Amino acid sequence: MVDSQKTKVVLLSGDEAIAQGAFEEGVRVAASYPGTPASEILEYLAQFQEVDSQWSVNEKVAFEIGLSASIAGGRSLFASKHVGINVAMDPLMTSSYTGVNAGFIIVSCDDPGIHSSQNEQDNRLIAKIAKIPLLEPSSPSEARSFAAIGFDISESFDTPVMIRLTTRIAHTKENISVGTRKEIPKRDFKIDIPKYVMVPRNAYQRHILLENRITKLKKLSDTSPLNKIELNSRKIGFITSSVSYLYVKEMYPDASIFKIGFSFPLPDNKIRKFSQSVKELFVIEELEPYLEEHVRMLGVKCKAKHSSFRIGELRPEYIKDIVNEKEKKEDKVATRKPVMCPGCPHRAVFWALKKLKLIVTGDIGCYTLGALAPINSLHTCLCMGSSITFFEGFKRVLDKQVVGVIGDSTFVHTGIPGLINLSYNQMKGLVIILDNGTTAMTGNQPHPATGLTIKGNKTKRLNLEELCKSCGADNVSVVNPHQVKELEESIKKSLSLDALSVIIARAPCMLLTKDKDQAPSVDKSKCKKCYICLSLDCPALKKCEDGSVEINEALCSGCNLCIEVCNAKAIYKK
Amino acid sequence: MPKQYTRNSKDTVNVLFCGIGGQGVLTASEILSDAALLEGYHVKKSEVHGMAQRGGSVESHVRFGRQVFSPLIPYGQADFLVSFFKEEHDRMTGFLTNKGIDLIKGLSIALDSVVDKRYVNIFILGLLSRYLILKEDNWIRAIERAVSSKYSEENKKIFIKARSDEYDLG
Repeated sequence: MVDSQKTKVVLLSGDEAIAQGAFEEGVRVAASYPGTPASEILEYLAQFQEVDSQWSVNEKVAFEIGLSASIAGGRSLFASKHVGINVAMDPLMTSSYTGVNAGFIIVSCDDPGIHSSQNEQDNRLIAKIAKIPLLEPSSPSEARSFAAIGFDISESFDTPVMIRLTTRIAHTKENISVGTRKEIPKRDFKIDIPKYVMVPRNAYQRHILLENRITKLKKLSDTSPLNKIELNSRKIGFITSSVSYLYVKEMYPDASIFKIGFSFPLPDNKIRKFSQSVKELFVIEELEPYLEEHVRMLGVKCKAKHSSFRIGELRPEYIKDIVNEKEKKEDKVATRKPVMCPGCPHRAVFWALKKLKLIVTGDIGCYTLGALAPINSLHTCLCMGSSITFFEGFKRVLDKQVVGVIGDSTFVHTGIPGLINLSYNQMKGLVIILDNGTTAMTGNQPHPATGLTIKGNKTKRLNLEELCKSCGADNVSVVNPHQVKELEESIKKSLSLDALSVIIARAPCMLLTKDKDQAPSVDKSKCKKCYICLSLDCPALKKCEDGSVEINEALCSGCNLCIEVCNAKAIYKK
Repeated sequence: MPKQYTRNSKDTVNVLFCGIGGQGVLTASEILSDAALLEGYHVKKSEVHGMAQRGGSVESHVRFGRQVFSPLIPYGQADFLVSFFKEEHDRMTGFLTNKGIDLIKGLSIALDSVVDKRYVNIFILGLLSRYLILKEDNWIRAIERAVSSKYSEENKKIFIKARSDEYDLG
């Protein structure tokens, strides 16, 4: 019971609310790798002394830390953005076989609408394929209470439990009453080789138990209060889950609704029962037709969204269009594009790469912005760590000069195997590590090469230079990208060598450093209006109405890159 | 003071904020949400961040009332449009109800009246506060909770000025 004296109501996001729920339920170990929209879960948990929380090297590592901590007897949590779950797929797929000991929650934060990701995969399908029970809260307040239910199901059924948020829930704030932590004692760890050693014979036996577990979970799903029928007008009924439920409530307050909160396995009997109590049945869900296909498989007649609505996020006003069986009209209004910050060290690197007309295989981070006009100097980006491997594939086919570009955090996450592969398979050429000393795009989280933990404590610092040498790089050099001429020379030299080279372009992220230098001035009499400076796409540089270029001193960091690139020497410092 | 915006108490009040990264859009919507929370309302505030620090479009939906369902304001149902950047405003006007209040004039007043541009957001929030039935004490507490103590006094001063002075908001 929550002590009402100590209860206070605050605004928490879905991420913070699920973390608060897990905290109150005695979570001991929590692990994740930063990724929008999931990052705030671990950042919130890191404030509590009682929780052993960490940024792991990547999601596979984080998942295994979480699962093994649970097997060893402590409640644990793993959180990830949807595509991070892919990195953790190997342990995830077999975790339903081993099961758990103390409760283990997997939080998947999906990103319908692709606000900050490379795709919009629907991880409800992953829960199904991995045979892991799935809970779908619709709001931050549900996210908080579902954490407790998740731990309970996990321990009662000896299984990991996935709780799926979406960006809209993860980044919505709502009134949450904050309670105190329950003390949940550790469970004993008993050696159990048939359960925890997944060799063929044991895994086969565990698969039998897993199928039995799913049958039992199906019964639970049919009786669970998370799957709630709200009977109103019988004229129209909706089967819905996640935030879509709230959009339906908003637009059809008088309709009957079957709200699915426990969505794998699905409650077949309740679905049939609900379908019989309404005249017309609609299934409303974001992304994949997960509920729709299941309802149809049961032989239940229903209507659902046109396939065009599988793309992007739903909005409340779309519900009426779906009910009216319309197609989605794509919004034509372009939103403003993001840009690298003034003084961002990545800008200088892309300037040099563009000048040298190189093909650049890129990766995931702020520097992916190097692909946007007018820079246009990053030519591939698929998933974390793919820059170095793409570099190799390109080199094996393409008769042009290619460079791989990867951030420091991404390199540690999944870039290292690609570098070893280059060396092992006798590849030559250049990889550039953009080392700004942080995981910038997701909110400046530390990583192993920063020497700091999630709680801000000092730890052993991973030495990237030594690491690259050990991976097999013939030359490793460190260059300050703000010295753009030196950087350019260094790139040219590396490309001329018959060797595997790594350049570490090292300068701190401008969001972390407070070092601002004086802003330069523009000598309008010297300016030839060639606008080469504007091609840097720096927010501090602006073209005036008279055609001259102006520097916004409030935005400028004084990085001097525009001075370096101005051939007319019209930009100078006093 | 303009006429206070009164509605049936069971209705939800919808305030849509828009601007670009780095303008304090999210801080402004946070202060409103917290003031509404302190007033005892159910609040939902929804926005997408991630790209916010890099100058991209930022919109924040704040809804408060007895019970709020959708975290997003349905199209055409915003009671207020609070803009920090002209081009973003032009993209969002369709969200307003017929009787909705567009505070775009407040942006130019703010840009003319506020010397240190870091306080433009709190000034515009002060203008918005004139229409809403939220107690001044709750606004002040919300400001104190949202901004660092170093800037708290100046923020409160500018908020009160925008809330109290006579400005023609059109």
